Amino acid sequence: MTPLSYSIAHSLPEIILALGALALLMLGAFRAGKGDWIITEASIVVLGIALLSLFFQLGERALIWDDAFIDDHFARFMKALAIGGALLTLVLSREFMARARIDFFEFPVLVLLATLGMCMLISAQSLIALYLGLELMSLALYVIAAFDRDNVRASEAGLKYFVLGALSSGMLLYGASLIYGFAGTVSFTGISQALNGAPSLGVIFGLVFVMAGLAFKMSIVPFHMWTPDVYEGAPTPVTTFFATAAKVAAVAITVRIVITAFPNLQHEWRQIVVFVAILSMALGSFAAIGQTNIKRLMAYSSIGHMGFALVGLASGTEQGVMGVMIYMAIYVLMSIGTFAAILSMRVGDRYVENIADLAGLAKTNGLMAFVVAMMMFSLAGIPPLAGFFAKWYVFVAAINANLYFLAVIGMLTSVVAAFYYLRIVKIMYFDDSVRSFDRVNPEVTAVMATMGVFVVIFAAFPGPAIVQSAAAAAKSLF
Amino acid sequence: MIGLTHYLIVAALLFTIGICGIILNRKNIIVILMSVEIILLAVNINLVAFSSFLGDLTGQIFSLFILTVAAAEAAIGLAILVTYYRNRGSIAVEDINLMKG
Repeated sequence: MTPLSYSIAHSLPEIILALGALALLMLGAFRAGKGDWIITEASIVVLGIALLSLFFQLGERALIWDDAFIDDHFARFMKALAIGGALLTLVLSREFMARARIDFFEFPVLVLLATLGMCMLISAQSLIALYLGLELMSLALYVIAAFDRDNVRASEAGLKYFVLGALSSGMLLYGASLIYGFAGTVSFTGISQALNGAPSLGVIFGLVFVMAGLAFKMSIVPFHMWTPDVYEGAPTPVTTFFATAAKVAAVAITVRIVITAFPNLQHEWRQIVVFVAILSMALGSFAAIGQTNIKRLMAYSSIGHMGFALVGLASGTEQGVMGVMIYMAIYVLMSIGTFAAILSMRVGDRYVENIADLAGLAKTNGLMAFVVAMMMFSLAGIPPLAGFFAKWYVFVAAINANLYFLAVIGMLTSVVAAFYYLRIVKIMYFDDSVRSFDRVNPEVTAVMATMGVFVVIFAAFPGPAIVQSAAAAAKSLF
Repeated sequence: MIGLTHYLIVAALLFTIGICGIILNRKNIIVILMSVEIILLAVNINLVAFSSFLGDLTGQIFSLFILTVAAAEAAIGLAILVTYYRNRGSIAVEDINLMKG
């Protein structure tokens, strides 16, 4: 038995998020309708405190709450990304939600609860903790996907996300029950000890089902069908949240479960990961070419990027895990920057989402056009921007693990993907302007400009710090 | 004598019925919600059977957690379904087609 104070000290971010969410829910309910923006501001503060508390977590690794959760460098790195993504989402959401007249206090509270679920998921050390964290995250996400409840597209997005999400948790659970039955335990370390000899067929079946369930949450081909529709239908700040924090949490738990629970089944899970990575990279590159809606384009782009991130995981080495973590960190920076730009595409009271609306942006709003161009170059992986380093680390890991085939396919598909990213740059700089956008909140512009700067000077500023902490974090998993 | 295998076969059958219910169903979304519940109950049979045959309580605790979460999930699913019905006036599966995926 671990002492209670020890467990509490090592789950400080979760406790702050849980108490903050409950307190703000009460506050919002009693203030009903009088200036709900206060709840958003307070939620940003709560997320900020939770983010800060991560830096006070000490020690290499700590098993807490009777070995149900673990607090290690890997968990802290991924939690920092998830909480940071949630925080910036709320900063970006203010103006959009107010103009769409859906600025209810429930939104920031649900974002807090979803973030709590993500933190639990990232720290999970047993199948039960994994399931509970995943459901806490998903249930909150289903609701905010349908948050614009008078909009038929948003409720359709919420419904599709719910049905496929429930199916995926069912598959994950069936896999979890098989793993429990054939390994005799639900703890990840216990499973890896139980699978020392030749693995039984039941465990392999369970592994496949669990991977399928997690692939849904990561939106990996062949479980990606919901992604474009949900990205398009949901309110844009919600899409931002899906593309950043939710992805980080799903990738984190996938990495943790295959590395810590199934090191002896590496041959089996590597086949799955290589297969879905190739499919995702290919679909993300080709299907995005014909898109006219920029949120749909970002959905296909995110499918492709998850494929690239899994290239690192396929290597199964410490270097590969480090590559995945760097990839996710850079992907969060790029997504937040791109969605801040999408949230700046406002004409009057209406937000526009077509790529054609960006035409001639360079003449009407030079700064925004420049930032979007940098984001697109970075998403395409052109040096010396951040996206290049992301791809560099995962491909180097794959080559060191002798996965030459996978690395070559990754490079070819990233060339194809460059086509549609560069097309956006061409539309902004060389097409004739049809309309100019209205000014948006300074906070949205500030987030967009900051992410633009980070992406451009990545090699000098956040780069070395991210690489260093990712290296330490990857070591804590092995 | 009914052994572990029999329970696992029943659970596998229920799981398959649930998956088929979601994929093959062309009529309405309530049936999909029922199929999701069948999948979760199949998992519970699995867990309780394993728990009993392993002589380990963890599986039964897991199944209690699943029951509570399933209740919350059904509530949220129905709530989203109600908002969808208000906007669209239909809950037929073939009408969920405003966006092509």
